[in-house]
Amino acid sequence: MSTGVETSPGVARDAGPTAEEPVLEVRNLSVDYGFGDDPTHVLREVSLTLRRGEVLGLAGESGCGKSTLAYAATRLLPPPGLITGGEVWLTGRDGQRADLLALSDAELRAARWRDIAIVFQGAMSSLNPVFRVEKQLIDGILAHRPRMGRAEARERAAELLRLVGISADRLRAYPHQLSGGMRQRVMIAMALALEPQVLIMDEPTTALDVVMQRQILEQVMELRERLGFSVVLITHDVSLLVEVADRIAVMYAGEIVETAPARDVYQRPRHPYSAGLLGSFPPLHGPRRELAGIPGAPPDLSQREPGCPFAARCPHVMDVCRTELPVLGRTAAAESGRLVACHLHTSLPAGKKLPDLVAR
Amino acid sequence: MRFLLRRVVFYALTAWAAITINFFIPRMLPGDPVTALLGRMQGRIDSNAEHSLRVLFGLDQDTSMWQQYLDYWGLLLRGDLGLSFTHFPTPVADIVSQSLPWTVGLVGVATIIAFVIGSLIGTFLGWRRGTWADGLLPVATFFQAVPYFWLGLITIAVLSVNLGWFPSSGSYDRGLVPAFSGEFIGSVVYYGFLPALTVVLSSVAGWVLGMRNMMVTVSSEDYVTVAHAKGLPERQVMLGYAARNAVLPQVSSFALSLGFVVGGTLIMEMVFSYQGIGYTLYQAVSTHDYPLMQGCFLVITLSVLVANMVADLAYALLDPRTRTEDR
Repeated sequence: MSTGVETSPGVARDAGPTAEEPVLEVRNLSVDYGFGDDPTHVLREVSLTLRRGEVLGLAGESGCGKSTLAYAATRLLPPPGLITGGEVWLTGRDGQRADLLALSDAELRAARWRDIAIVFQGAMSSLNPVFRVEKQLIDGILAHRPRMGRAEARERAAELLRLVGISADRLRAYPHQLSGGMRQRVMIAMALALEPQVLIMDEPTTALDVVMQRQILEQVMELRERLGFSVVLITHDVSLLVEVADRIAVMYAGEIVETAPARDVYQRPRHPYSAGLLGSFPPLHGPRRELAGIPGAPPDLSQREPGCPFAARCPHVMDVCRTELPVLGRTAAAESGRLVACHLHTSLPAGKKLPDLVAR
Repeated sequence: MRFLLRRVVFYALTAWAAITINFFIPRMLPGDPVTALLGRMQGRIDSNAEHSLRVLFGLDQDTSMWQQYLDYWGLLLRGDLGLSFTHFPTPVADIVSQSLPWTVGLVGVATIIAFVIGSLIGTFLGWRRGTWADGLLPVATFFQAVPYFWLGLITIAVLSVNLGWFPSSGSYDRGLVPAFSGEFIGSVVYYGFLPALTVVLSSVAGWVLGMRNMMVTVSSEDYVTVAHAKGLPERQVMLGYAARNAVLPQVSSFALSLGFVVGGTLIMEMVFSYQGIGYTLYQAVSTHDYPLMQGCFLVITLSVLVANMVADLAYALLDPRTRTEDR
């Protein structure tokens, strides 16, 4: 049973250079789904650091806990999701650090949108269908800046729409009068209303066509240059992340299995799962190659086996993988800025060489 | 505006169809009022009087159905619904217009109260789902299941017969002359309290359950999560985002239930001997008073139509998606 699995309590800090201060630090965040005696452990001691001005990509298959991580870190997790442990430290503009999970309801409400804004998956359903776009832009602004006048807020709303390339006369539109791409732009405009420090984008473009995806992401990246917020971009599209992200964290079965600068993940993945994930996308450059999926399916999170969750699908599985859960740590070559949770890098039997796949 | 016009035309057509059916169905019934009257009087009417009765009721003229239909429309448009048989020679229009305000006033007000209270409770229960508030649901289900005439009998037995707090029947103190005085209105409220309480108790549960379930559904919508993420005050999320959307289906069933206020309270008015349209209809049916029946049915049909129209308009007002724009 899953409850019998002991995870190592070691604080897996990012080993990378700390030239930029962290703006959002998730520490050992654990989330269960379901109450009672036998909950499903969906996130297990996940740690993640977002530095100021950075674009952090969060990649992984469906159901690996990417969105759960985003919801839990912002305390938006709906029941039966339950945060069972961990901290989420947010560094304010004034350098004050606060644990989001320990804030009172009023403090949390004040921090939301002002510090962390979120763009959700469903572009189609993120807007309240019965209110005009204008009202929905304004109510968020006024909730945080009650002293701002209505006219001023309206002015700001128009400015925000122009920011994302929508003409200000669409303020009077209802959501159903906008296309999917426009709605997602409105959501982005709304998210930027209070100039947050962190923008979490949870598969922001899944509901949109490919051309629109690119336009919107390029626009967000351009706005980031201009306004200087940090981005957590959640997606299953690794090739997209390689292009836009500074760093990538690869998730598997509720755990982060590898974090590294985007280019490093792309060129030299250190975890067999990352390698498999990259092998299943067409390469961006170079000759065409055969696409390879990862055989097998992700493990059932309610039926956790001891050991590495990827063991059953891993081409380089060893005996230790089936009994011990690997911890996020340095790679075999001790590369800076990279962390990997794989026994190949720590418990390789003497005389055996790292497989080529993860040692290039 | 085109939307409004289209709806009005639609309802005019529906009203025409309803009135036409309302005209033809009684005429397809076997027998005629005179035979029924003679039968009811059981020989107390001289059979020689039969012919004069036929003349009196206008049954001697051999006009075609089509001609009758046209005449009916002509009279209807002048507000003439004919004369009642039982209350001869009182015009049906007078009887209906005397009883209608009582029903609309009593049941209409009670329905509005039930809707408002029920939706508010439902909003709260839906918002606090998964907590102790769910414990109130079985109570609501109980009241939902209880037939309202039974509830009416219980309230009479307890509050009127045993405790003697309220009168068990009637609509105002018979010792008073109907007038716009404080005393008379107070008496109307006093007499109407028990029937109103019955209506509220029996229908509030439906609104509670409906609203609660919609709140649960709507609360998991993305835009509610967005509202939370925006850091809006909880009240604003609950009312402006969740309840504002959850109430939409409630509004249409509310308008429909307003339509059934006129027709659906027959038993309640019988239980309380309340002089509304339901009681009048009951009397008309039991005395074979065809003109009165037809008048009552007409009023009921039209009120359902009007309520539907109000529902349509209210919905359009509340939900911008239904306001179709013409290109």
